[in-house]
Amino acid sequence: MKQNPMSFQLKLNPEDFLPATEEEKESLVIMRESVSFWKDGFRRLAKNKVAMVSIVVILIVMVFSFIVPSFYPYSYKEQMKGANNLKPMQYSEQELEAKAAGEKVFPHIFGTDKLGRDYAIRVMMGSRISLLVGLIATAIIFVIGSAYGSIAAFFGGWVDLVMMRIVDIIYTIPDILLIVLLSFALKAPMEGLTEVPGFGWIRTVGTNLISIFIVFALLYWVGMARMVRSQVLMLKESEYVTAARALGVSNGKIIKKHLLTNCIGTLIVTTTLQIPSSIFTESFLSFLGLGVAVPLPSLGSLASEAINGLNTYPHLLFIPAALISLIILSFNLLGDGLRDAFDPKLKK
Amino acid sequence: MLKYIAKRIGLAIVTIWAVATITFFLMNMVPGGPFLSEKAISPQAQAALEAKYGLDKPLFEQYLTYMKDALHGDFGDSLKQRGRTVAAIIKNKFPVSARVGGISVLVALCVGIPLGCIAAIRRGKFVDSFISVVATCGIAVPSFVICTVLMYFLGVKLKVLPTLGLTSWKHYIMPVIALAFYPTAYIMRLTRSSMLDVLGQDYMRTARAKGLSQVVSLFKHALRNAILPVITYVGPMLAYTLSGSFVVEKIFTIPGLGGEFIGSITSRDYTVIMGTTIFLATLIIVMNVLVDIVYKIVDPRIKLK
Repeated sequence: MKQNPMSFQLKLNPEDFLPATEEEKESLVIMRESVSFWKDGFRRLAKNKVAMVSIVVILIVMVFSFIVPSFYPYSYKEQMKGANNLKPMQYSEQELEAKAAGEKVFPHIFGTDKLGRDYAIRVMMGSRISLLVGLIATAIIFVIGSAYGSIAAFFGGWVDLVMMRIVDIIYTIPDILLIVLLSFALKAPMEGLTEVPGFGWIRTVGTNLISIFIVFALLYWVGMARMVRSQVLMLKESEYVTAARALGVSNGKIIKKHLLTNCIGTLIVTTTLQIPSSIFTESFLSFLGLGVAVPLPSLGSLASEAINGLNTYPHLLFIPAALISLIILSFNLLGDGLRDAFDPKLKK
Repeated sequence: MLKYIAKRIGLAIVTIWAVATITFFLMNMVPGGPFLSEKAISPQAQAALEAKYGLDKPLFEQYLTYMKDALHGDFGDSLKQRGRTVAAIIKNKFPVSARVGGISVLVALCVGIPLGCIAAIRRGKFVDSFISVVATCGIAVPSFVICTVLMYFLGVKLKVLPTLGLTSWKHYIMPVIALAFYPTAYIMRLTRSSMLDVLGQDYMRTARAKGLSQVVSLFKHALRNAILPVITYVGPMLAYTLSGSFVVEKIFTIPGLGGEFIGSITSRDYTVIMGTTIFLATLIIVMNVLVDIVYKIVDPRIKLK
C-alpha cells in the first residue's frame, strides 16, 4: 500500500495484535519497589556518619534539657543556703552533715553558682531555652519565609517586584543594630501586655524571649523567602502546574500542594541550617543582657554571668560555652548532611 | 552598567532612610527619657532641658526636624555628654574600632585564603581534613566564647597578655584574634569550595597541558577565579568588624563605637543612638553596594539585570 509521506497513518501488521509472550511480560514486572523521595534521602543520610553522630548528640542534649530536669533533685531557681560557689562534686557543710547522718545527698555535678543554685540543672535549663529559641524562631521564619517567597514568585509581575524590593531593604538593614534596639524597645509594651487578661502567659515565658521571637519574625525570614522564591520561579513553569490550573485548582492550593511540596528538599535544608544561626543570635543577645529574664537561664546569659568570676570559677564559663558550641556545631553538621542527602544540587 | 549602579545606589538611599526612620520611632518607644534618671532634677529644669532639645514637641515634628538637620550633616549634640556633638563622638570612637577591625580583616584574609587554597590543592589528604574540621568548628563557636577562653588562658592563667584596655600593641592581640576567628573560618571554607570548583575546570587542564608551571597556573588561573566569592563576603564583613563587634568591645573594654552604641541605648541618649545607627548602617550598606559593583566589574560572566 502506498503511503502519503505527510500522513499520520500507521503501518500496522496483524502480528502486532497478538497476545504478549511470557518473556515480554516478564520484562515489565517491577523487580524492586520504587524508592520514594524520603526513603532515598534517609538512606543517604544514614550512610553519612558525621550527620548520624550529630543527630545522636542533638538527641542526647534534648533528653538532658527536656526530660532529665523534671526528675532532677534540684531546681534551677532554688538557692541553697551555705552552698555558694561550690566546686564540681563538692558538698556544702549542711550537706556533709546530712551525709554523715546517713542521708543520701545528690552531688552537685557542676558545682553551684554564687547564689547557691545547682549549676548542672541551670545548664540543662539553659540549653532547653536555647534549643526552644532555636526551634520556635526557626518555625516562625519557616512559615513567614516560605509563604512570602512562594506568593511573590507565584504571582510574579509587580507583586513580585514590590515584595522583593521590601526583602532587599530588610536584607541590607544591619541586623545587629536593629535587634539590639528592638529588644530594648519591645520590653515595655510587652510588660504592659502581661496586664491584659488572656496574655498573662507572656510573663511565664519572659517578655525578652517574646521580643526575641518578634525580632526573628521581623528580620530573619528574608533569606528563606529568597530561597523559596527562586525555587518556585523554576517550578511554576512545570507542566503539572499548568495542568492543575487547567483543572481549576485554586491558587492557594497550587502553592501549598504542588509548589511548596516540590521544594521540600530545599526547605528542610534551609530550615535546619537556620536553627544554629537562631541559637547563635540568642546566645549573643543573652550575653549582652538582652535575652531571657532572670531567674531563667540561657546558655548565653550563664556564660555572661560567669565572666566576673572567671579567675576563680572558670568552669562556670567553660561548661555553657562548650555546650553552646557543641549544639551549634551538631546542627550545622546535620544541616550539611541533610543537604547532601535531600538536595544534592545545593552542594557547593 | 550605569543603570545597575544607579539602581543600587537608589536602593541604598531608601534603605538608609528606612533604618533612620525605624530607629527614630523605635527609640522613642523605649520607656524613659534621657533626663529622667538624672539625680535631683526639678520638674522645671527637666522641662527646660526638654524644651532646649525640642523633646517637648510632637514626635512627628521632632522626626521632621531631625531628618532635615541630618540631611544638612548636623547630627546634633549629645544629650548626656554635655558639650559634645554626636559627630565628635563618632570621630573620636570610630578610629579605635576601625583599627582593631581593620587588622582583624587583614588577618582573616591572610590566614583564610592561603589555608583554603592549601586544603583544596591537597584535597582528601590529612591537611585538607584538618583544615576543614578546624573551619567547621570555627564557625560554630560564638565570639564571646572565644573572647573569654582567650582571656582566661592568655590573660589570667599565663599572664602573657594584658586583658583590658587598648594602650599598647599587646592589647590588640586578643581582640584581633577574637574578631578574626569567625571570618577566618568562613573564608577558609569559601576559598576551599570555590577553589575546588575552579580546579575541576577545563581551562586548568589546558593551562597545565600547555606547559605552565604549577605555581603560575595556580596563581594566574585558579586563584583569580576562586577569589570571587570571597570578595562578596569581604564587604559586609569589613563593615561589621570596622564598626566594632559589640561583644568583643564589651569584654575587652575597648572604647569603640560598638560600646558607645549599647551605652547610648541604655542611657536613652537619643541623638547618639540616631547618629551611631545612621553612621554604622551607612557604612555597612555602602560596603555592600561597593562590593556588588566591584564584583560585576571583576567577573564579566555575571549578567547585569
